[in-house]
Amino acid sequence: MYTASDLRKGLRIKMDGEPYIITEFNFVKPGKGQALYRCKLKNMITGSQFERTFRSVDTFDPADLEVKTMQYLYMEEGKYCFMDTTSFEQVFITDDQVGDAKNFLLENVEAEVLFFEERPLGVTLPNSVDLVVTQADPWIKGDTVSGNAKPVTLETGYVLLVPSFIEAGEKIRVDTRSGEYLTRVKD
Amino acid sequence: MDPDESWFLEMRRGALVIRARMIGAIRRFFLDRDYLEVETPARIPAPAPETHIEPVPSGDWFLHPSPELCMKRLLAAGYPRIFQVCRCFRRGERGDRHLPEFTMLEWYRRDIDSRDLMDECEALVLSVAEGLRVGPVLPYRGEAIRLASPWRRLSVRDAFATHATRSLDEALREGRFEEILAFEVEPQLGRDAPLFLHSYPIAHASLARAERGDPAVAERFELYVAGMEIANGFAELTDPVEQRRRFEQARAEVASRGGTVTPQPEPFLRALEGMPEAAGIALGVDRLAMLLCDAAAIDDVVAFPPEIL
Repeated sequence: MYTASDLRKGLRIKMDGEPYIITEFNFVKPGKGQALYRCKLKNMITGSQFERTFRSVDTFDPADLEVKTMQYLYMEEGKYCFMDTTSFEQVFITDDQVGDAKNFLLENVEAEVLFFEERPLGVTLPNSVDLVVTQADPWIKGDTVSGNAKPVTLETGYVLLVPSFIEAGEKIRVDTRSGEYLTRVKD
Repeated sequence: MDPDESWFLEMRRGALVIRARMIGAIRRFFLDRDYLEVETPARIPAPAPETHIEPVPSGDWFLHPSPELCMKRLLAAGYPRIFQVCRCFRRGERGDRHLPEFTMLEWYRRDIDSRDLMDECEALVLSVAEGLRVGPVLPYRGEAIRLASPWRRLSVRDAFATHATRSLDEALREGRFEEILAFEVEPQLGRDAPLFLHSYPIAHASLARAERGDPAVAERFELYVAGMEIANGFAELTDPVEQRRRFEQARAEVASRGGTVTPQPEPFLRALEGMPEAAGIALGVDRLAMLLCDAAAIDDVVAFPPEIL
């Protein structure tokens, strides 16, 4: 059971028997008034979205989803193919269901695929993944202002801001929930 | 040192410099006006019972959600002008404009009413902006906020009539006052210039006195800039019997939903017996810093949001 203070982006809850994911979340508290939790919810089966405001007294059931660890094989015509590594069964997940996870998906990498009553609904990645920087402007050594950020491209094609000392060929850790740089990874 | 940590902190340098200069300018403003800077304990046995503010326990006591009660005891004891800049703590408050530990400026002044206090709040913000060489137009999130005096004053009733899908009375009757205020009214306030929203329903101002001539309306106001609440002020309730009754009511509401019921702040209630006419105000220092730094989130104006501690 979740309470309102557990609400955050990415949380999955069950309402009227169907699974929903919170796609946007905002904590609002007018003056000395009560806390309001404004959420945008997406139905994980139909994809329909709506806004809803919750209060601190509200409680929620977690969405009862089945999770299978599967290997990502390839993408074809906007569909992502995943394989169960024990049964070799393959499933296809739509671009929309994969969502932001596509920024961090590498072929042959394992990911958790979510099922609701046998239907694949989406993909969950670990909270952080390590990826190689394929394109970056070189670091100018005299640039000691370490607060400067620069855009780099990762091996998945995803572009993000990193500290200026990161160079092409290096591996970095990225937060898959926020899409932001976390740290440099030394092998 | 970890290069990533130094990067994160370096990204905040500009905001931290503005913030420090801002707090310096706040102190100068009050010292020039003969205010005494005071420090009251952060750890107290009994915060003001409020329906929607949950204090953080600290041993058998609590971390103060605001320095209000101790400051009013000083006021009642004969300190006519006092201010304080301090950390306050409120459980569960976290969002783009909320930190569970944040910095508050509070000031109290004897023998003025809420209108005089709006004047002084306006003068403070203008003086701080001038001290930081900001204005007469403040750029914030792509909008241009005109700071020139005088700032508009709008009653809660008129604000609902102008900006909401229902009237104030309808919203109160449906029990949706806060929701309509938060989602329909607030975002529209102070968009092109700062605005004072005033005359709150009495049920939504537990430590404020009623307007002379209208017991249903509290002499409470809030300052809004760019749709964001910056400060909350009011003419102080000086009637200990009425104050005890409102605190009892808040405690009963907290108890009915299973929250932490704090003791009645008896020394404060005793001090109210000698309380002069006065007005006081709390201003969110982090939010003012957001405006002056053009920051979208409160995280951007503090060195250490709780998640990275």
